[in-house]
Amino acid sequence: MAKSVKVYSTSTCPYCSMAKSFLKDNNIAFEEVDVSQDTAAAQEMMEKTGQMSVPAIDVDGQIIIGFDKKALSKELGL
Amino acid sequence: MTVRDLIIIGSGPAGITASVYAARKRMDFLVITKNIGGQAAISADIENYTGYKFITGPELVEKFKEHMEQFDVDIKEDEAVTLVEKRGAVVEIETDQGRYQARTAIIASGRISRQLGAEGEEEFKHRGVTYCATCDAPLFADVDVAVIGGGNSGLDAVLQAVRIASKVHLIEIDPELRADPIMVEQAEKSGKVSIHTSTKVEKVYGEKFVEGITVSKSGKTEEIPVKGVFVEIGYVPVSDFVKGLDKNEMDEIIVNCRCETNVPGIFAAGDVTDVYGKQIIVACSEGVKATLASFDYLSRSER
Repeated sequence: MAKSVKVYSTSTCPYCSMAKSFLKDNNIAFEEVDVSQDTAAAQEMMEKTGQMSVPAIDVDGQIIIGFDKKALSKELGL
Repeated sequence: MTVRDLIIIGSGPAGITASVYAARKRMDFLVITKNIGGQAAISADIENYTGYKFITGPELVEKFKEHMEQFDVDIKEDEAVTLVEKRGAVVEIETDQGRYQARTAIIASGRISRQLGAEGEEEFKHRGVTYCATCDAPLFADVDVAVIGGGNSGLDAVLQAVRIASKVHLIEIDPELRADPIMVEQAEKSGKVSIHTSTKVEKVYGEKFVEGITVSKSGKTEEIPVKGVFVEIGYVPVSDFVKGLDKNEMDEIIVNCRCETNVPGIFAAGDVTDVYGKQIIVACSEGVKATLASFDYLSRSER
């Protein structure tokens, strides 16, 4: 079954764009939240990750901070 | 072990352009890099790269990457080089994942943000301390933040922050701000910026996230409550892994106009060197020069 992927991002963040295009290139469906527009989501991200940094990517509960291609590939089984 | 013609370290504008030239010259080469794009990938707006009136860093890097990837380039990503040293006629390269050999090397490892060196900085990294205002500024809506560094990149961060944060403290260790006056005027006009010159950051404090900074000014210390700390105090070259190369007082690798270092066969290009003009377009052209010089070196030594 496909893993559930959620990307916490902001519209201006270059690594967020890179992470999103990486997911798209690999045909991974993901939910995207813009934490600069959505304070509740920002709060959720900070609680879940303990960090104030984007992108933060939640792959089935596993949190990956930043655009860490290796960790992301591993978590997604690519 | 295969001894290649060339190993390129780094894949920012200098390294990518060096690769394109090496591929077109059909050199047997390898690229080892931490990431693709380097500092260019996190540049927000680029308005001075000829041919593009406006392009963002990630978009330009994507185009660079496409250009490189039309060739079958052997590239090791997410790999950190730990040592580059010439032994005999061969350049030895060690990384966190392996060892490689080549007859020439181009060091194009670029620069990274300089750290403050204040207590608590490391602990609160990504917990309020950030080195990428472009990335993280939107997370600090309606709270107070501090920007450290009164140069152009500091003021750039201030101008991004005033759109979001409720108040911005600009901290500069020197008596004067070095930024362009036009930027300082814009910052002052916002009415949200408080400028602290001759002020040093001693400590970043907090619990789970940053809650403030302790600063000192003429012997007196003061606590400034902030949720975000944007560090913008310049850059340092990534040159600590090379052995036997001459560097200047800023740790930049010294090169001549052919991108040659003091060690024959080892070349360097872009922001890691002492070249004048730390610009994307300059880094690209330095990458070209380095590959041409490496090619020339190889053809001369074959004779």
